[in-house]
Amino acid sequence: MGRSTAGGRWGEGGRAVGKPRPPQRRPPPPPPRPLRRRGFRAPSSKEKAAAACPAMTQSVVVQVGQCGNQVGCRFWDLALREHAAVNKALLIDMEEGVVNEILQGPLRDVFDSKQLITDVSGSGNNWAVGHKLYGCQYRENIVEKLRKTAEHCDCLQCFFIIHSMGGGTGSGLGTFVLNLLEDEFPEVYRFVTSVYPSGEDDVITSPYNSVLAMKELNEHADCVLPIENESLFEIVNKIHQMVNSGKLGSTVKQNSMITSSTGSAKTAQEKPFDAMNNIVANLLLNLTSSARFEGSLNMDLNEISMNLVPFPRLHYLVSSLTPLYTLADVNVPSRRLDQMFSDAFSRDHQLIQADPKHNLYLACALLVRGNVQLSDLRRNIERLKPSLHFVSWNQEGWKTGLCSVPPVGHSHSLLALANNTCVKPTFIELKDRFMKLYKKKAHLHHYLHIDGMEQSCFSEAISSLSDLIEEYNELDATKGGPRTDPSRLKIAV
Amino acid sequence: MSIVTIQLGQCGNQIGHEVFNAICGDVHGTHGLCSKKENESYHDACKERFFREEESEVPVARAVLVDMEPKVISQTLSTAASYSVHGPKHKEVIMDLVQREAEKCDRLGGFFTIMSMAGGTGSGLGAFVTQCLRDAFPSSFILNHVIWPYGTGEVIVQNYNSVLTLSHLYQSSDALLVHENDVIHKICAQLMNIKQISFRDVNQVIAHQLGSVFQPTYTAEGGLHYSRNPLGDLMEMLVPHPEFKMLGLRNIPQMPENFLAYSTFSWPGLIKHLRQMLIANAKMEEGIDWQVRPPCLGSSIPSSHSTNKPLHFNTSVANLVILRGKDTHSVDLGSFRDPSLYTSWLNPQDAFNAWKTPRSFNKYEKSAALVSNSQFLLKPLDSVVGKAWNMFASKAYIHQYTKFGIQEEDFLDSFTALEQVISSYSNL
Repeated sequence: MGRSTAGGRWGEGGRAVGKPRPPQRRPPPPPPRPLRRRGFRAPSSKEKAAAACPAMTQSVVVQVGQCGNQVGCRFWDLALREHAAVNKALLIDMEEGVVNEILQGPLRDVFDSKQLITDVSGSGNNWAVGHKLYGCQYRENIVEKLRKTAEHCDCLQCFFIIHSMGGGTGSGLGTFVLNLLEDEFPEVYRFVTSVYPSGEDDVITSPYNSVLAMKELNEHADCVLPIENESLFEIVNKIHQMVNSGKLGSTVKQNSMITSSTGSAKTAQEKPFDAMNNIVANLLLNLTSSARFEGSLNMDLNEISMNLVPFPRLHYLVSSLTPLYTLADVNVPSRRLDQMFSDAFSRDHQLIQADPKHNLYLACALLVRGNVQLSDLRRNIERLKPSLHFVSWNQEGWKTGLCSVPPVGHSHSLLALANNTCVKPTFIELKDRFMKLYKKKAHLHHYLHIDGMEQSCFSEAISSLSDLIEEYNELDATKGGPRTDPSRLKIAV
Repeated sequence: MSIVTIQLGQCGNQIGHEVFNAICGDVHGTHGLCSKKENESYHDACKERFFREEESEVPVARAVLVDMEPKVISQTLSTAASYSVHGPKHKEVIMDLVQREAEKCDRLGGFFTIMSMAGGTGSGLGAFVTQCLRDAFPSSFILNHVIWPYGTGEVIVQNYNSVLTLSHLYQSSDALLVHENDVIHKICAQLMNIKQISFRDVNQVIAHQLGSVFQPTYTAEGGLHYSRNPLGDLMEMLVPHPEFKMLGLRNIPQMPENFLAYSTFSWPGLIKHLRQMLIANAKMEEGIDWQVRPPCLGSSIPSSHSTNKPLHFNTSVANLVILRGKDTHSVDLGSFRDPSLYTSWLNPQDAFNAWKTPRSFNKYEKSAALVSNSQFLLKPLDSVVGKAWNMFASKAYIHQYTKFGIQEEDFLDSFTALEQVISSYSNL
């Protein structure tokens, strides 16, 4: 089976029409075993017993580049803590350092060599090297490994790609893999977690890499969760301050901080980015929680894509996680629960530098985990709605999910995903930084001498980004305007 | 005759679970406040209607559980023998299960499907399955129990899904019995005094209301046997015209179980309240607008824009009242036969029916349910269509549907069909 739930998509439940496959660019590999292969037969009593431990729909994680692998590593670490999941991952890097470290570290038994693709010299912070050079070279290998990994899934719902935008491998090869996934597995969702470079990024060519990658994300991703290091850094600091302030005499539960690794924070030798990467790892855990655990209102990944993406290219979702930590006193008065909801909308909890409250919502998803009732969820939506601006045709654009099992160390938690025009400034800044370099043709030759790269790659990429920004502008223009509902169909009596 | 229940999607399966719990709880857990003989007849009628026996002599619900993922079904496996978990390509498998259940009935009384309108499985697959049922069983009764989502946010595309589902169900189903989440939520909050309402609470209220309709009753005055054809009887009495298929449900009284011991009811009081709930379109027994009165007949030509028709008055096509418990034989239902309650094109005698049983339901000494084909659902329907149209005008989310073969013309067809239904009910 490809996707499991109908994902709120009426047509899939009613009439399924397959998406036509795009023409192959190279001779096709031997036809793969079909992914949706299971018919039905009446369950044996043994299976009925086994059904008490329900199978979950599966995702495959593809971690590309240094950033991707470091974040991915944190993800698996925390995922194993939530339950002994059978992991499905493919680790790709064009230099050995990071992957080797993973294989020597505590997760060495979690991955095996069949799940790795590495090379030696890296991509030199060059998108073209990652995308065109290594892409071409490793295509067969990547496809083969993806197929093997996918074959072990009973019900493959989604691919997660984790990468950074600013470098060479994650950005270039990562987006190459994205294209590949669309070609080879057209009906499986593609969720991409992308770490965007900050203004003071030490990689000079990061604007080029990011904009070239953006075009791929625009065209081939189902959903993108942009992340900015600055935001992660600020959250880490905030938690640090809270832990060290001894405020109110309460102590923070060590394992509850969204920045902490498994085990005590003191014993593990934490590397500088670990705390920040743990935040992203927790994002992914919460995103998949409804597929992994029971709840009274399930929200699977395909439902997220369906409900939060009203127009195909506007698929950038700003995420926030609350609470950042729990205090040791266990009884949570409902005021604190309400605070959790308020925090999800505050500027300083977003994982990119953005302020959704003062911009325009196209849609918003709230995935609640733990001991939270339906009435709490509804009460808080009613409470917060008046202070938020939703686009005129989606005034009640809320998608909600309730999962009974909270994350480790918490009694409840909330993941908010906002399709909001507040992403626009991030894209505008990216465009500005790109243009600064491009106008002077700085460093272009490093890219253009790679086979398959031309000037048009750049012009198309910046054009794609400009169009995207323009779409957000048009939506923003409707904000606060007079609302005229379109006239209804008239029926002759 | 037996009813085969088909539970679709997370909502359908969660509610189905509560419905069978409620039925079992009523039959086994309460005395019924009637004679032993009466109780036994009731038990037998209920069993024939909803259950069959396996070799182990344990009664098994005549239900088919359908979902696209195993989680919800595996939690409710105890109540049914057959389930299927698969995608939309397995129509044969679902219909095969339904066929097998149908064959195990000595006499098939029809199908009862439970689904939500908001999501994907219940709504989309549900509409598809209903069409398949109609094709495979052209002369069987099909009643769709449909859950309307909360007005605010369960699913963003819920209004699209609702429009598509309702228009398709209207073609193949005999009637739609509707429960609105917002309404049930209020009942939980105000009547049941539940502080932290969960979906389980909502589903249990729904199950109670369904039980109060579908548990055995005598449909004829002086009848000697419990009715054996509840779905058929329901359709015959409530759906005289295929344009009017939307049924609403009210029941009275509704209160927390621990209050029951301290409460007494009189039939005149219950009937008076129920009638006013009908006329004033009240969702529950609290907050009824007693100012609303039926129009005066004979004073001028009744027309759809007649100024005689007071605002907010809920005109009915047909009504069915179901009475359970003590002294039902003596209840005066004359106020429900008042012609001014009904549209002019039906004989008032045909427009109103009553089912009764002396056996009380679920610990309520006296209880009454109203199944009404009236303007109950006009406003909610209009609201859903309006919101969906608003979104459609901006083309939002359409690409998600066209990807799977639902074109813009299909949307337009659905909108047209529902505007027609709205117009018909408005002009009652």
